Formats: sequence, C-alpha cells, structure tokens
Amino acid sequence: MAPEGVGGLTLRGMTKRFGSLVANDSIDLDIIPGRIHCLLGENGAGKSTLMNVLYGLLPADEGTVSIDGEVQHFRDSRDAIDAGIGMVHQHFMLINVFTVAENIVLGREPGKFGYLDMASARKSVRVLSERYHLEVNPDAVVGDLPVGVQQRVEILKALTNDAKYLIFDEPTAVLTPQETDELMGIMRALRDEGHAIVFITHKLHEVREVADDITVIRRGKVVGKAEPGMSEAQLAEMMVGRSVSLTVAKDVATPGATVLSVKNLRVSDPSGAVVVNDVSFDVAAGEIVCVAGVQGNGQTELASSLLGLIPILSGKIELDGKDITKNNPHDSIYAGIGYVPEDRQRDGMVTSFTIAENLVLDRIDDYAKFGRIDLRGVVGKADALTEEFDIRTPSTALPGSSLSGGNQQKLVLARELSRPLKLLLASQPTRGVDVGAIEFLHNRIVAERDKGTAVLIISTELDEVENLADRIAVMYRGQVVGIVPPDTGRDVIGLMMAGMTYEDAQVSCGVRPAAANVAAIDEGQEA
Amino acid sequence: MSPIIDGKFPKSTDVVDELLPVSGPVEAAGSEVEASAAAAAAVESVSASLEHAESAEDRSHRLSVATLMLLVSALLFFMATKARGTAVFALSDESDSVVLPRFSVPAVPTVIVCAVICIIAAAGLFLKAPPKVRVALNVLAGLALLVGFLSWAAGDRAFPFYITAQLNGSLALAVPLIFGALGGLIGERSGVVNVAVEAQFLSGAFAAALVGTMVKNAIQAPCKLMADAMAASECMADAAPWAISAAMAASMVMGLLMAALLALFTVKYLVDQVVMGVVMNLFATGLTGYLYQQFVNSDRETYNFVPTMSRISVPGLSEIPFIGPILFQQKPLTYIAFGCVVLVWFLLFRTKWGLRVRSVGEHPEAAETVGINVRATRWQAVLVGGLFAGLGGSYFIVMATGQFVRDISSGLGFVAIATFIMGRWRPGLSLLMALFFGFVSQLTIQMQSLNTGLDGAFLSMLPYVATVVAVAGLVGRVVAPAADGTNYVK
Repeated sequence: MAPEGVGGLTLRGMTKRFGSLVANDSIDLDIIPGRIHCLLGENGAGKSTLMNVLYGLLPADEGTVSIDGEVQHFRDSRDAIDAGIGMVHQHFMLINVFTVAENIVLGREPGKFGYLDMASARKSVRVLSERYHLEVNPDAVVGDLPVGVQQRVEILKALTNDAKYLIFDEPTAVLTPQETDELMGIMRALRDEGHAIVFITHKLHEVREVADDITVIRRGKVVGKAEPGMSEAQLAEMMVGRSVSLTVAKDVATPGATVLSVKNLRVSDPSGAVVVNDVSFDVAAGEIVCVAGVQGNGQTELASSLLGLIPILSGKIELDGKDITKNNPHDSIYAGIGYVPEDRQRDGMVTSFTIAENLVLDRIDDYAKFGRIDLRGVVGKADALTEEFDIRTPSTALPGSSLSGGNQQKLVLARELSRPLKLLLASQPTRGVDVGAIEFLHNRIVAERDKGTAVLIISTELDEVENLADRIAVMYRGQVVGIVPPDTGRDVIGLMMAGMTYEDAQVSCGVRPAAANVAAIDEGQEA
Repeated sequence: MSPIIDGKFPKSTDVVDELLPVSGPVEAAGSEVEASAAAAAAVESVSASLEHAESAEDRSHRLSVATLMLLVSALLFFMATKARGTAVFALSDESDSVVLPRFSVPAVPTVIVCAVICIIAAAGLFLKAPPKVRVALNVLAGLALLVGFLSWAAGDRAFPFYITAQLNGSLALAVPLIFGALGGLIGERSGVVNVAVEAQFLSGAFAAALVGTMVKNAIQAPCKLMADAMAASECMADAAPWAISAAMAASMVMGLLMAALLALFTVKYLVDQVVMGVVMNLFATGLTGYLYQQFVNSDRETYNFVPTMSRISVPGLSEIPFIGPILFQQKPLTYIAFGCVVLVWFLLFRTKWGLRVRSVGEHPEAAETVGINVRATRWQAVLVGGLFAGLGGSYFIVMATGQFVRDISSGLGFVAIATFIMGRWRPGLSLLMALFFGFVSQLTIQMQSLNTGLDGAFLSMLPYVATVVAVAGLVGRVVAPAADGTNYVK
C-alpha cells in the first residue's frame, strides 16, 4: 500500500449526516491506481452515500478528498468528472429513449456554437469502444438493449474522460453469472492499464475473486481492512458484526400432492409483447420451487398473473385442482395464496399506514363488525406478529415507513404467513435485506414448507435460489428453459439463464459428455 | 439453443437446430458461427425479438374505434335521409388568378357510399386487420366522414363549398395552437408540465392589446398635428407595422413573465405543477378581466385598439394554382408560426441545449451525474416555452379583432395542450394536430355560411368534440417524457 498522501485518491475523515442519522462517520480510504479496492458492507451501511459524496452528488459535512496529495473541492459531479473520477451507477444513469452515442456524450457534447454534432459523437464512441474493447452500437436505443450491454454503455460513459478512478456501485446486481465474469475481466483489464477501481458490493465470492484491497464498512464506519484470502464466513462476520450462517439448514423435502399447476400460461405486457410464453410447471405441497433468471425475463408478470393482478392471454392455473385462472386478487387471497410482491414499499404495504394496520391489511374484514374496525383486536394481533417475526419497532402504532428494509420485509411475510396457506408466492423475498434478516426470512420460508405449504420463490439471486430450492425453474425471455435439481452447478444455471437448455449447458460446462454431438456424427454417417 | 429463441429469429435458429444433429463436424463448426451470430443478434434487441400478441388494452382500443366508426356510419345514413340535390365543390375562388373548374356530386348517393365505407372500415377492425391496414382504415373512415358530411352540407345550396378557402382558413386558425403547443412542449420536454398555456395566451393577448395601442397612439400623435390630410393619413397608416410588432413583442414578454412565475413555484419551490398551472389560469383570467373592466374598456381608443395584420402574398409562389392561395396568401404571423415549428425542432433535436433539455425531462438524476444543472435547464426551457406561448396570445389581437375582450382565448390554451399531447411532444406532429383542429374550426365557419340549418352554437362546439374524439379514440397510447410532471429534488 502506498504511503499516505503520495499517489492516488485519498479520503480523510469523510462524514455525511442526514438529520440525526450519520451515514458516514469519519471514513478514511486510500484508492491507488493499478489496484481494485473493494468496499464491502451491508445494504444501508453507507457505501453508496460515500461514493455519491466522492462523486460530487452530495456535499460532505466534514472531511477532505485529495488526489495525488492535492485537496479537491467538488461542487457537483462535473468537477469530479474533470478530476478524473468516473462512476458506474447501481441504477444505470442512462436515458432509455436516447441512443448509445447520445447517452455517452451527454454533458460534454461535441459541436460548435451549440450545434449538436452527432457524427463526431458517433465517431468518438467508436474510438472509445475500440480502445477499451467494449463493443457497442452507437446508434442503438439504450432502452432496447439488454442490461449487460447497458452496463457496457455505462462503463464507456464513465471512461469518456479517460477517468483514472472508476467507481463501480453494486454493478453485478443485474447481471447473469457469465456477464458478471465478463465484468470482472473488464475490471481486471482496466486495473492492469493503470486505472484505480473502487468496487462496491455485498457479494462475498465476488470480493474474494477480484479484490486487491478490501475495506469493510458497517453502520457508516470503517470496521477494518480484510485480506482477499479470507473466507466468506470471515468476511460475512466482519460485515455483519456477528457470526452468521450463510446457508439454510433444511431437511430434504417430502413433496405431497400437487397444489399449484400452471399450464401453457401466456401473458403479455401492455404493449403486447408476450413476456410469459407458454409456461407450464407444478408446485407440490411441502416443496420449494425457485424461479431463477435475470431480472426482466417475465418473472414479475408470472407472479402478478398467478395472483390475478394482470389479465392473461391464455393458459390455465389450478390450485388444489380448482381452476383459479380468472381469480381476482381477493379471490386468490381467500383461496389460500400468500403473496410477497417484489417491491414491498410500493406493492407490499401502505407505508403511511401504521405497522398494525399493515399487518391486517389483507383481512381487515375479519376485524370489522358492522363496518367498524375492532382496533383492540388489530393491535393484539399485530403485537403477537411483531413478537413472533422479530419485527424491530418501538410500537406497532408507528407508520410502516419507519421500519428498515429488512423489518418491512418481515412485516409483509408475517402478514402473509398469519393465515393458513396452500401456496406461498414470494418475489425477491430478500432483496435489499441485510444478511442477518435474510437468515431469518429464509428459515421462516423453510418452516412454512415443512408445514406442508407449497412454496414458489421468484429470485434473481443465485445464492438465494441455491439455498432455498428443492427444484429450480430457469426462466429466459418468458419461457421456462428447464426445471433442474437444486444441486445443479452455478455455471450450468448461469448458462440456462442466458437461454441454453439444461443438456447443452451441462455439455458446455463439461458435466456431461457431448452426447448429442456423438449421436449427430453417428446419424450423419448413417445418412 | 433451439427452444429459447422465439419470435422473429425462427429461421436462423431452426437452421442451426436442424443442421447440428445431421451434419458432420465441419458443417457443425460453420453453423456454430451462425448460431453465435444469431444469439448475438437476439441479445442486441430483447424487446424486438419477443413474440407479440394483442394486449387487453390494444383490444379494447381496437373495438372502441370500430364501434365509433359504426356510430359515424349510422349518423351518415341519417344524413342521407336529409340530403338534397347535388353538392358543388370549388377548387378556387372567383378572385384567384387561375380559376379552376368546379365539380359536383349527387348528395344522397355520396353520403350513402361514405356510410358504407365506414361500415367496411369498422368490419376490418372487428376482424383484426393487420396494423398497417388498420391505419389505412382509420384514414379511410375519417375521409368518408368528411366527404359525407360535406356532401350533405353542400347539397342543393346557393353557393359551392370553397376548398381553397377552407384550407387557407385552417392554416390561419391553427396559428394560436401551434404557438401554444410549441410553448407547452418545450417545457414538458424538460419535465415541467404546463397547463398554464391559457394563462399565457390571455396575458399575452392583454399585453399585446395594451402595448400595441399605446405604441400606435404615440406614433400617431404627431400625425394629428399635420395640416395636410393626405400626409396625415399616410402618417397614421405608417404606425401599423410598428404597433403590430410592439404588440407581438409585448405578448412575448408577458408569456415570459408567466413562464417565470410557473418556473419559480414549480422548479424552485416545488409546488405541484398541475396545481400551479390551474391556479395561474384562474389568476390570469381574473387579472385580465379586472383590468379590462376597470381601465381598458373605459377608453378603448387609448388602450385597446390595435391595427390588425393584412395578408401578404408571397411573390410568385402565391400564383401557383390551388396551393398558392392556400399556403402563400397568409398573414405574417402564420408564416412565423410555421417557421417556429422548424426552429423548435432544431432547438430540441439538433442542439446541445436540446439534448440536455430532453435528458432533464427523461431522467434528471442521470443528467445530474454528468454535471448538467437540472434546475437551470428546466428554468431555461420553461422560459423559452413562455416566449412562444405568449406570442400565441398576440394572435387574438393582431390577427383577429384588434382588441382585447374578456376570455378572448376561449379555452384554446387547453386545446393547445391536447394538441402537443396528440402530437407526442414533437413539433412536427403537433403542427399536424393543430392543423386538424384548425380544419374543423374553419369547417364550422363554412357551415354557417352555407346555411345548413344547424344552430351556430351547436356548430361552434364541433371542433372541441372532434378534439375529444381524436384524443380519446384515435390517437391511442402516447408516452410522455418520463420525468414529466415530477419536481426534481436534489
């Protein structure tokens, strides 16, 4: 490590407060050219805030940023960009209706007298794309591109000024494992060219794979530096502050009768694109089926249509042998479906209602007599549920918005599990939830399975899928590519998430001999 | 790879799929290249390669348009029972340099044919005609309605229906809408909803009347002292261009001030944009009404008497038969309006500023990360829009009556909003929509002169009905700038 104040980007005593909340508490960080520096921490630990301060998007309350020993004062991100800092944002900062070239040159457009010279913009994008071996089509409209390519655009945008310091904020959240590998390759190549890279993540295996330096942040403070050689369990312990189990202890499933049966389901989005295309699968009592796949391959629409939130084009959905294809959400709830939506704040709760109200939101009729709500009954139920599900709050009379992400998720799950279920349908049950709460939520889901409930989990996190699933259905572009056993390798599932069939993926990963090809050659000879 | 790629790339994948099992290693290698190319092509455009089906929304839209067409045909059949004689159409005025022939059609059969065309078009929609055919059917039904209506109206009348006058008038009546739409869409492209176009019209018109009159009087003051009557009246006439220019400039300044008010409260103080716009409309109505009542109306000569524009024939071009009298015998403000459409298109789509304005209206956070000042950009866009919307207000003075009256814009500010929404926030398309409204407005004027027996008040309602039908039924789903209407809090 370089001595203080010599080379690179140094942060000293960075502090950022939001009201009484201290998001960053006197953080020191050294970012050195030619190295990948991992910033490891849970959701809400303050990693993104720190980087937004560094990038000039938020003003710091205290502390200094210096580059090569020179103190910097960034008023906005323009200043940071000019100082050689580039950022690849977690939520892509791309304008979907613009072309790739328009996105890349935005804010530093070529042309004289205010004229927008798109020809030279296109040219400079081509040059940049060749220089860094990141292939993009300058005229493609960004919204039409797959996320992996969108990220490439985002990286190129960050590199436009030959940025020396590159920040990658949770870049792998939206990628397939293969795309992640590719990204790691890009990051290494950039490092070897002399760029300094800050890599923000909470995925432990990624850290171990690429990091040269690791700084762990917890609750806004640096809790220490870690070595890339440390085990995932050690890293997790540093990150969370106590030892956590990263895997769920569960017995082998004992599936019973089929509970949910989906046959040839087709669903379109409002524009008419068939986003769920001829999907068929079953979920039995007492088993967990996970739907894996990259975000945006029809999982959201699949979940919504199963509950009856959006109309379907064709197909059949059965619950316990009864046709529920035409059910509305009210019917579905009373038929015994528990539903955890992927966006808990928008669809899972009314954040301005109290915690108690949110906990009985689905069955408020049961607490009403002649239209009057039995408040005492509601609060009693709510207190029992907050206790049982370890929802951490001083009072159930506080609004739902006062809870942290993990506790909000516990609230939604508590409500759904508080009535007898035939099927639990959960989308992204642990998105944006800290490691400790994940452990709890996973255990509750497994417990529900063991009670004999059929469980359907939709998740883009492979870790979660591997932990929970008794069977894994992989979705790609609206279709189920295959349903595979839970011990299927990550690389195989990864290829399936990019559209390969189970057999082909196994061949590609060397798990299975290329039987098809052998047969093909035989057949060819016979012909 | 076979079962996963669907929709538009079946051929290449099918080929790969079939080649792999039957071919030897050499061909297999070749087809692998093809396979990866196909995969790459598929990856490049996710949405394009998904199979398409008719969504519930599209279906209900299709069916409602078809039902509308059936209603139209019923209306036409009813008209056929009332139609008389022959309808005469004139392709030119008697006064035009080249007088073109007239043609006439028998009214009743024509109306019936048009009604049948509407039924056929409706049937096409009910039977799920392919999208391109549907567009043609929509246009066909629209034309049938127009021709049928005109044949009924012009049948057995004393005068022919003048097509040049109809189209020339359409252009002139579209002028305020063009300006209003341009003003509104620039602001909305930056993410600031502008429902205050009416306020900008009213205040712009008021300022135009007041300033135009005062400038005219100031210039004419010395004329009145002249002894020679000839020289005096020449001197008086010379004041007109100055007064008109001053009126236009004043309306632009007023539009700018109104825009500044909107920007101040929405961009700076984060008041809800629609609420602010509604309040501004009420404010402008009340203020101009009050000032008109208390001051302006009491002394019309001093405050409210502006000369109006006269037509300018473009030399040469206005001599072209048919087209000349329509396009090139207009008042200057009409030419300016058309020029402004090109100007705004250039500003938004060919300048750096335009790119930034659009970025701020789509994704302000993204704009901020590349160092664009979101608030400043929105301020600029709203102010520039104000210039155009204000200028639209001067139409009611310098191109119409020459004097301000209470509520002079009679809700056209709201029609201008409909115009740019139907025009999908694009200057060119908004121009077309403005022309559509201008066309229907002019049609009602022509109807009145044809003496069809329809009540005048009923006729003057028609342009608005046409707008409602167009917005609700025919235009379909439009996508606004993504951040339109949301205030930006850093």
